[in-house]
Amino acid sequence: MSATIIFWGVAIAQVMLALAMAAATWRLLRGPRAQDRVLALDSLYLSAMLVLVTFGIRTGSTVYFEAALVIGVVSFVGTLALAKFLMRGEVIE
Amino acid sequence: MSGLATFPEWAAVLVALLVIAGAAITLIGAIGLVRFGSFFERVHAPTLGTSFGAAFVLLASAVYFSVLQARPVLHEVLIFVFITVTTPVTLMLLARATLYRDRVEAAATTPARGDRGQSGPRARRGAAGRER
Repeated sequence: MSATIIFWGVAIAQVMLALAMAAATWRLLRGPRAQDRVLALDSLYLSAMLVLVTFGIRTGSTVYFEAALVIGVVSFVGTLALAKFLMRGEVIE
Repeated sequence: MSGLATFPEWAAVLVALLVIAGAAITLIGAIGLVRFGSFFERVHAPTLGTSFGAAFVLLASAVYFSVLQARPVLHEVLIFVFITVTTPVTLMLLARATLYRDRVEAAATTPARGDRGQSGPRARRGAAGRER
């Protein structure tokens, strides 16, 4: 019974997170200007990280947690570099 | 899924509710990212996901592994703290870069300058940006 509840809960959550990733991808492809695309990329990183956490719940292994942590760090560095690039035209001054 | 035969049902219901709530809040934020009209409205939407969306999903993960391994597993707190600290930094930098770009291009939707009586470095930097 517990396995069924967790399976369906995680499945519904993964469908929702996949829809969130699709919405972010739409904005990434469509977005009128560069800053919209950077924002969409940041949102996409977040959704992907949460999907990995739900995969960890589904499989019961903690390997996915480390992948989610790495995605969180890379998301921070990537968005910061892109915002800096939009501000000045160069990343390292 | 080895220990799931003895997994208590209240914890399973709690994990399912938390993970669905977190995913739903993240989805609402992503829908806002699609539907809002200007960038300065859109920049608010994904923060639903970075605050309570991530909090609920990570809390579900923490509850699940704590019950499964019969000991407190709290390493999800690490991700949450990292997200909470870094998201305002990146989004404020991005919004400031957008404001700078809009003022350089003199776009029509740019927020007016000096509407809060600001003076000093921000106004000077804006003037310098317009000259470039």
